[in-house]
Amino acid sequence: MARRELTVGVGAGDLATADMVLNIGPQHPATHGVLRLRVTLDGERIMAADPIVGYMHRGAEKLFEVRDYRQILVLANRHDWLSAFSNEIGLALAVERMLGMDVPERATWARTLLTELNRVLNHLMFLGSYPLELGAITPIFYAFREREELQAVMEEISGGRMHYMFNRVGGLREDIPAGWLVRVTAAIDAVRRRMPDLESLLVGNEIVHARTRGVGVLTPEVIHAYGVSGPIARASGVDVDLRRDQPYLAYAELFAPGGAGRVVTRTEGDCLARLEVLLEQVQVSLDLAQACVERLSAMPGGPINVKLPKVVKVPEGDDYVATENPLGLNGYYLVSRGEKTPWRLKLRSASFNNVAVLAEVLPGTLLADMVAILGSMFFVVGDIDK
Amino acid sequence: MTTSLPMPKVGPMQAAAPKPMRLVLNWGRRYSLWVFNFGLACCAIEFIATSMARHDFIRLGVIPFAPGPRQADLMVVSGTVTDKMAPAVRRLYDQMPEPKYVISFGACSNSGGPYWDSYCVTKGVDQIIPVDVYVPGCPPRPEALLQGILKLQEKIAAEQVRGASLRERLGSAVGRSSVAAQVSRPLVQPPSDGLQDNAE
Repeated sequence: MARRELTVGVGAGDLATADMVLNIGPQHPATHGVLRLRVTLDGERIMAADPIVGYMHRGAEKLFEVRDYRQILVLANRHDWLSAFSNEIGLALAVERMLGMDVPERATWARTLLTELNRVLNHLMFLGSYPLELGAITPIFYAFREREELQAVMEEISGGRMHYMFNRVGGLREDIPAGWLVRVTAAIDAVRRRMPDLESLLVGNEIVHARTRGVGVLTPEVIHAYGVSGPIARASGVDVDLRRDQPYLAYAELFAPGGAGRVVTRTEGDCLARLEVLLEQVQVSLDLAQACVERLSAMPGGPINVKLPKVVKVPEGDDYVATENPLGLNGYYLVSRGEKTPWRLKLRSASFNNVAVLAEVLPGTLLADMVAILGSMFFVVGDIDK
Repeated sequence: MTTSLPMPKVGPMQAAAPKPMRLVLNWGRRYSLWVFNFGLACCAIEFIATSMARHDFIRLGVIPFAPGPRQADLMVVSGTVTDKMAPAVRRLYDQMPEPKYVISFGACSNSGGPYWDSYCVTKGVDQIIPVDVYVPGCPPRPEALLQGILKLQEKIAAEQVRGASLRERLGSAVGRSSVAAQVSRPLVQPPSDGLQDNAE
């Protein structure tokens, strides 16, 4: 590493200073989880930062190899616990594609609806926790009020508040309950009506601006070099969204011209831009969910899943399915040797790459900005360590 | 001339304290549980949900503002304890002052949960620290945590901190004292050579 000359404070230039190594975590409130950062400080200036991962490594990839294709979903939705439904989708799509299975149209639209509701839930969590890390306690109460509203409808259809386990290979577990779509519309409207409460605390807030504007800027080159994806990449002007660029589920229609979907981007690449992308994506996802509800209401009844044989065996071969999860690109590389368990199932998770960039962006910044930058990476520790 | 008398304490003498006194002590303890959230995985989100307006465990006297383990009475282990994390869990538990209580929240910290056959997951946090209340679920609902807290409060109300009951509660952990060096030793090595070059 090139040596950086730093003079901090009055007359510090002539003083002999010693580097201090500071451990942030593994148990630290700002890491919301068990990420550990080893930062080397000269005064208040960060000289080097080293994310140490693995405290939440649960060996999911190895366990996939001893579970059959129905059981894998249990583990697959738990690595990023804030976007469980999107995690299930990626795996279900991979298995279905390798089996050559056609999923009923209603199931596809219902899946799209639930994925978008899950995206809102995920973003609301970060819209609450990020201001909390910056020192604002109120937004998280608003965020959780909206989360409870949406979790109620998710729970009604799937039975779970976080880990839905509602996907099956070939569709969804059960049909949509009577009257559920009306209640989804009511929940979406309620969240949309009350979102200004949360937004007014964040948008245009002087303190938030002072803490985040121009802090932790990521350039598109760094984004590409580290494979950063999702809202963080889009906040730096990297216009990639698999929902539009490589459509799966019903996104081809939603992101077509005139559809409800649009890709939110910013060009600043600082912490504030990342927060703004998240805020705007909530609105887009609510629009998408509403479009799915309308489509489903107009659809005649029909099957919601495909009847599976007693033993699901995926034919020999391999396939890679990537989906646009709330936190970024999530991919499953499935290798099958024709058995009822996968031979290998590699997981490409978004947060791992998004956190790796910290070693690049933190050196040279002040310790006081560390929490602001760390929080704006919007990561889930289970998604880093798998 | 005045003589300063020693501050009266109720520590070891509590065993001999009369019943009304014990009742008052336990009453105080059960309704002011400063909680240290050992948030590890999915369950931590449900723990936060429980602390928010809809479920609100502060009304039960559980206060989630403990600045750290040294100021906490209750530790809620929510999430998967991995073998790499286990020493840190034990260390922070050792830093808590007596009397201390532990709630194991969720299937992972109860027994390993869906990761029961993983090569790197500790099969239950009770392998490293004594647990008072287990809350089942994956993740448990916020209502389940509220029920767990009520169970713990019942347990505290009936508590009699004598040698025998202490041994029963803490098992082999009783009498195990931690020296200051054990709970404050540095986690990392001094800066490596590359970094020392910088300081020259």
